[in-house]
Amino acid sequence: MSDRFLNVDPTRCVGHGLCAEILPEAIALDDWGFPIIASTPLPRWLRRQGARARSVCPALALSLDGQPSRKGPPPAPSTRVGAGGETAGASSRPH
Amino acid sequence: MMALDRERAAGAPAEEGGVGALRLLAGPRGGAAEPFAQHRQRLGGPISQVLRGTAPGHLLEAITGSGLRGRGGAGFPAATKLAAALKRGVSGVVVVGNGTETEPAAGKDDLLLRLRPHLVLDGLETVSVATRAERSFLVVPSQAAWRSVTAALDDRPRHGPKVEPVLGPRNFVGGEETALVSWLEGGPARPRYQRQRLLERGWRGRPTLVQNVETLAHLGLVARFGPEWFRTLGTAEEPGTMMVSLSGAVGRPGVYEVPIGIRISSLLEEAGADPAAAALLVGGYFGSWLLPAQVAGAELSRRALAPLGASPGAGVLHLLAAGACGLKEAHLVVDWMARQSAQQCGPCRLGLPALAGAMGDLAQPWARGRDVSDRIWRWSDQVLGRGACRHPDGVVNLIRSTLLAFADELERHRRGHCNGGAPSTLPLPGLG
Ligand SMILES: Cc1cc2nc3c(=O)[nH]c(=O)nc-3n(C[C@H](O)[C@H](O)[C@H](O)COP(=O)(O)O)c2cc1C
Ligand code: SF4
Ligand code: SF4
Repeated sequence: MSDRFLNVDPTRCVGHGLCAEILPEAIALDDWGFPIIASTPLPRWLRRQGARARSVCPALALSLDGQPSRKGPPPAPSTRVGAGGETAGASSRPH
Repeated sequence: MMALDRERAAGAPAEEGGVGALRLLAGPRGGAAEPFAQHRQRLGGPISQVLRGTAPGHLLEAITGSGLRGRGGAGFPAATKLAAALKRGVSGVVVVGNGTETEPAAGKDDLLLRLRPHLVLDGLETVSVATRAERSFLVVPSQAAWRSVTAALDDRPRHGPKVEPVLGPRNFVGGEETALVSWLEGGPARPRYQRQRLLERGWRGRPTLVQNVETLAHLGLVARFGPEWFRTLGTAEEPGTMMVSLSGAVGRPGVYEVPIGIRISSLLEEAGADPAAAALLVGGYFGSWLLPAQVAGAELSRRALAPLGASPGAGVLHLLAAGACGLKEAHLVVDWMARQSAQQCGPCRLGLPALAGAMGDLAQPWARGRDVSDRIWRWSDQVLGRGACRHPDGVVNLIRSTLLAFADELERHRRGHCNGGAPSTLPLPGLG
């Protein structure tokens, strides 16, 4: 079976974090309680839980698709390179 | 490529060297729209004549060969989108000329539509005829542009689908393509979460091709004069000219047309820039700051600016006055941009105001800099890529660039000093 990606429609999600309780292995919450989902395929062993999270979401915001919904890298990412004394690499996504 | 290139290029718009009217702005001077008769005479005939002799496949070849990239901000190759719209089986295409131009410091699309409406209409017709479009919309940013386009449509013979001019939304995110499609359907100008591209499912479910109006104007000229002609200006990777909206600490602010890859310093000199200016904002409110030392050798192209963490974007440049504080200015912009959120996505609706607040803390002397900037980095990581549209990503880009460019200023703030007393010159109008 082909790769499956768990995607969230951010315009629907109301951010109470039920999904992260069901699937903490793949969903983290940001500082405002909205889900951060890896843009890598959902591991096979988590697919059943992924489907559960999707059906539990009260906002119908989650979907399992053939591709990640993120639109690739942003237009002109600045990196921390050159920041006085700061470490590089902070532009990687937490999670 | 096309056999007729050399011959066709004979009637191509005059190319004066240096900075100034090159291609899109060549032709009559002054503030009035170029009439159709003059346009036709200057360019060697109506576009319909060119299109009758050009099969869609040939047009696509010419656009591919030209290397034309989108002028609406992201620099996406125009040929890739056209190819998708021409694919076998794609029918009922809707074409949208995007002249929404909601960025407050921008003015190039408005100027183009007011002074050279026929160039934009040539490009729109070229794409509409090639894709056998069902509908063809032209979104304009102002009443003046609307009048200019309407008069131009009356003035020229119709070819292909009827062009429908539409006054665009004025909220910042209204120019984003899914927001624009919603607006053209009679809905609110709010971006949509879509897993498909607009070319698969756009206006009322039809395959929709959205192209910036400047992109269309260049495209129409490529259809006339061919890819080799187009490549005689610009760089190999980013051919052609681009329109620049220049504002801030310059003697002659306004819209300039320059070859891509021009030295930014020569443009600034031409515009009478203050040599003591503090920094240059490149790429508008989604953009990045360049410090004077960086501006000195920089060229205006994606390739040359990428190592500096910047991009020309849609050609918006703003020169920050000497004595202005970059941290204060950036705070004002981020605060304004946070209010421009369409309030649909949590990370944008809540994250951007939080970031704006933290940027406000940094703008104060005695800012507890380390804590606050760590928080800003953390939140900007969290927000990036998590909206239905790129709005939060653009704001994060500006924020990160601010922290990097004004690290020294930040250090001074930490010690209780702020150099910036000059009033802000960045345009931040009331909510649209
Ligand atoms: C928040 C936001 C606002 C935008 N505003 C505009 C705009 O005013 N005009 C424009 O041409 N493109 C705008 N864009 C880009 C469009 O979505 C789209 O990519 C562009 O019109 C495509 O044309 P191009 O390929 O010819 O550049 C915006 C994008 C975003 C994320
Ligand atoms: S369960 Fe649904 S609404 Fe709740 S946080 Fe998860 S995706 Fe959002
Ligand atoms: S990311 Fe922000 S601006 Fe874009 S759709 Fe979501 S709420 Fe609206």
